[in-house]
Amino acid sequence: MPINLTINGNTIQAREGETVLQAARANGVHIPTLCYHADLSPVGACRLCVVEVEKMRGLIAACTLPVAEGMVVQTHTPKIVEERKFVLEMLLTDHPNDCMICEADGGCELQDAVYEYQVAWSDHKGKRHSYPVGADQNPFVFTDFNKCILCTRCVRACAEIQGRNVWGVANRGFNDKIVAGADVSMLEAGCEQCGACAAYCPTGSLTDKPSRGKGRAHQFSKVRTTCVYCGVGCNFDFNVRDGKIVKVTSARDAYVNGMALCVKGRYGYEFIHHPDRLTKPLIKKDGKFVESSWDEALDLVAEKLAQHRGDEFAFLASAKATNEENYLFQKFTRAVMGTNSVDHCARL
Amino acid sequence: MPHRSHILISGDPISLARNAEAIKSAFDAELAFYALTDEVAVAFTGDLRVPPAQLPAAIVYPEGVVYGPLTANDAPLIVSEHLYKGRVVDALRVITKPLTGAIVRVPSREGALFAQQRVVLARAGIINPESIEDYIAHDGYTALGKALTEMTPAQVVQEIVDAGVQGRGGAGFPIGMKLKIVAETNPTQPSPAGEGKGGVKYVLCNADESEPGTFKDRLIIEGDPHSVIEGMLISGYAIGAREGYIYLRGEYVQARERLEKAIAQAHAFGLLGEKIFGSDFSFEIHIHSGAGAYICGEETALIESLEGKRGEPRIRPPYPTTFGIWGNPTAVNNVESLANLPPIIRKGAAWYRTLGTAKCPGTKVYTMLGDVNVTGLIEVPMGTSLRTVIEVYGGGIKPGKRFKLAQTGGTAGAIIDASFLDVPMDFAELAARGAGLGSGALLICGDDTCVVDLAFVLLRFFANESCGKCVPCRLGTTRALEILARLKDARATMDDLAQLERIATQMQIASFCGLGQAAAVPILTGLRFFRDEFVAHADARKCAVNVCAMRGEPVIVKTRRAVPVAV
Repeated sequence: MPINLTINGNTIQAREGETVLQAARANGVHIPTLCYHADLSPVGACRLCVVEVEKMRGLIAACTLPVAEGMVVQTHTPKIVEERKFVLEMLLTDHPNDCMICEADGGCELQDAVYEYQVAWSDHKGKRHSYPVGADQNPFVFTDFNKCILCTRCVRACAEIQGRNVWGVANRGFNDKIVAGADVSMLEAGCEQCGACAAYCPTGSLTDKPSRGKGRAHQFSKVRTTCVYCGVGCNFDFNVRDGKIVKVTSARDAYVNGMALCVKGRYGYEFIHHPDRLTKPLIKKDGKFVESSWDEALDLVAEKLAQHRGDEFAFLASAKATNEENYLFQKFTRAVMGTNSVDHCARL
Repeated sequence: MPHRSHILISGDPISLARNAEAIKSAFDAELAFYALTDEVAVAFTGDLRVPPAQLPAAIVYPEGVVYGPLTANDAPLIVSEHLYKGRVVDALRVITKPLTGAIVRVPSREGALFAQQRVVLARAGIINPESIEDYIAHDGYTALGKALTEMTPAQVVQEIVDAGVQGRGGAGFPIGMKLKIVAETNPTQPSPAGEGKGGVKYVLCNADESEPGTFKDRLIIEGDPHSVIEGMLISGYAIGAREGYIYLRGEYVQARERLEKAIAQAHAFGLLGEKIFGSDFSFEIHIHSGAGAYICGEETALIESLEGKRGEPRIRPPYPTTFGIWGNPTAVNNVESLANLPPIIRKGAAWYRTLGTAKCPGTKVYTMLGDVNVTGLIEVPMGTSLRTVIEVYGGGIKPGKRFKLAQTGGTAGAIIDASFLDVPMDFAELAARGAGLGSGALLICGDDTCVVDLAFVLLRFFANESCGKCVPCRLGTTRALEILARLKDARATMDDLAQLERIATQMQIASFCGLGQAAAVPILTGLRFFRDEFVAHADARKCAVNVCAMRGEPVIVKTRRAVPVAV
């Protein structure tokens, strides 16, 4: 049963169980958010997505408000705009003014919201946090909690997407901070370095360490590709600058994996431009590897395979190959080579 | 044989540390010497709210004479003079205030008006709280017996609905309605995480009394623990629960001991456990001590904490009535609310409605503090005016001072001025005037109080206790506190004052839970009634009552404004 509600005077239809935010976005109504992410459970913490609803008191967070029949919603009244400006102004009172050198510039949701609502950074004399920048010594995730807005998207991404529960919130009030485990290093807290926290971070608080200083969102062109590391077939975007791959970003619309990636897929791209990488087949001639062409190499393999049949031959397949490739391997082994001696490196 | 006199010795931690046990032994020995053991009972009671310097103390009933500070050597004189010969030993009486007791009694008015209308505190300070026999002798557990043997659960709910009793935790939600919703909620709602027990309901007693200046729940538990247990049993029967939790403030060590003893005694008497009173109703009570967070008094944060998670409020709806402990329907009630239930069942809704006002029946326990001559706990009918409370129970404003303002409901309450003195205080009347009854703390301030200083102290509390989940409360309380600190030190400008009001307004509109919304109340109500004083601090840079230091220079911060564009 579709549910009818009115947003900003337009009647729209929503599905039962949807939130007002989801219904609004599905119908092209923009409501700003920070702590909300479509992949994660809503918490209603940032108070940026507030709306006014007829017959309901005060301002209500749209991300946690289920749609109801006949609901009349306003998303941009002066009262709402004033509240959003206040929230952003408050966030900026404890946020560094260094977008110019920030890794997240151009891909920062706080920056976008502050721009949208034209809130000025205030040079007030009150207290601000000054955590050590880049304090966590892990290899892949760069931490700068001075930029943290405590949206807890990292906490939820780690718990709900990766299932590792590395991140948590410690202390109370202004002293709240995101901590790994019981305020230990990320690796001590059981981090697998999948980088999901950095991918879900709306600000420059958690960023990818290997690509630091190598360019920002607007300088990259994105190329969708499939990960070469295993048979799962995750998709992600290579971020290319000047013909070189400098970063991997995961994408919600990746069919297999969404935003989730493992440490290899997200950070294991260094080999692509590595000088030691083999780009041509090598054939051992007189005890030495010699560069050759693909035709020559394939001819050699075919010739060698043709010398064997039946159980004198066995085939060991690779977990790096896709399911389709592994299917072809076993088909080839059984139908062409005539043996069932086929196995796989991931069978431990 | 009933005792003609009772000696109740303060059993609070300070007294016990000062060897109150020895005093009891000395009394026992002396009474035995005069062969008065059958006539005079000696027992420990709760905190008598005697100033610490006067502890250990003892109160002798029926005269209601308080002695202190006592040593074991004072027992012979008190027994020989007071209990043997009937002469009060003036030299040993608590000196500063005539009756700074946990329970302020007004002996001269007894039988005349208010003092006889005690419902919740009827036994506190009179019985030995560690004796279930004492409780039973004072009509204890008769309400439970009546409910289990003569009434159906639906009748119990209806009786409480008819009584119109409202939750005493602060919000004033009708208890009967709450029980009715839980009773009618289908219990088979598995929690989404799959960790719940499923198919059950819970009774939850909110004893995380952390509002500064409020200590009514502690004294109810310490003075009459069985009344809370009986209230939980009655609500458990009413909603169909088999288990209850008491979430107790972590600092309440004495109360925990009392509750543990009371629960053990109730078990021994078959009043807890399987098949109570031979009925099919079985019930268990568990105690959980908090770890010292104000936010955990908020019922959904309390439930999160009880489940072992970080104490942060949940998204509502769903409310605990349908999605409470481990996702199960839960009736959460304050200590005082639960203690109201046994008398309602015992004497009926019609009797209860004779107390208090039409909209808000019953009595209210207040913790009275500040610039009054007598501080402590009082129980008066709903609708009693602040003036009556101050003059009759508080013994008037302290000498040399005049009433300036009061704060009702603890730190989260409204600051009100003299225009409220004759308002009949109940949930409805105060709410209609933009104030609230809250947790029942009544802070009375004389004319030497600076309202800016008061707001500063209150905001410091909120800034410390904000859980930090939502932006308006986490940063709003911090920035508001900074502005108040500047106001107190003559470093603020009128722009700061405008920003303070803006922060408070937005906190009230936008905060996730009641904490942030309430944090704004002292500022907004302070500004409503005493704006001149705030302005004087910012503009003339003067504190009229010389409470604030006012030593600094204004800090003017230039903010580059973004060029406004249409949004």
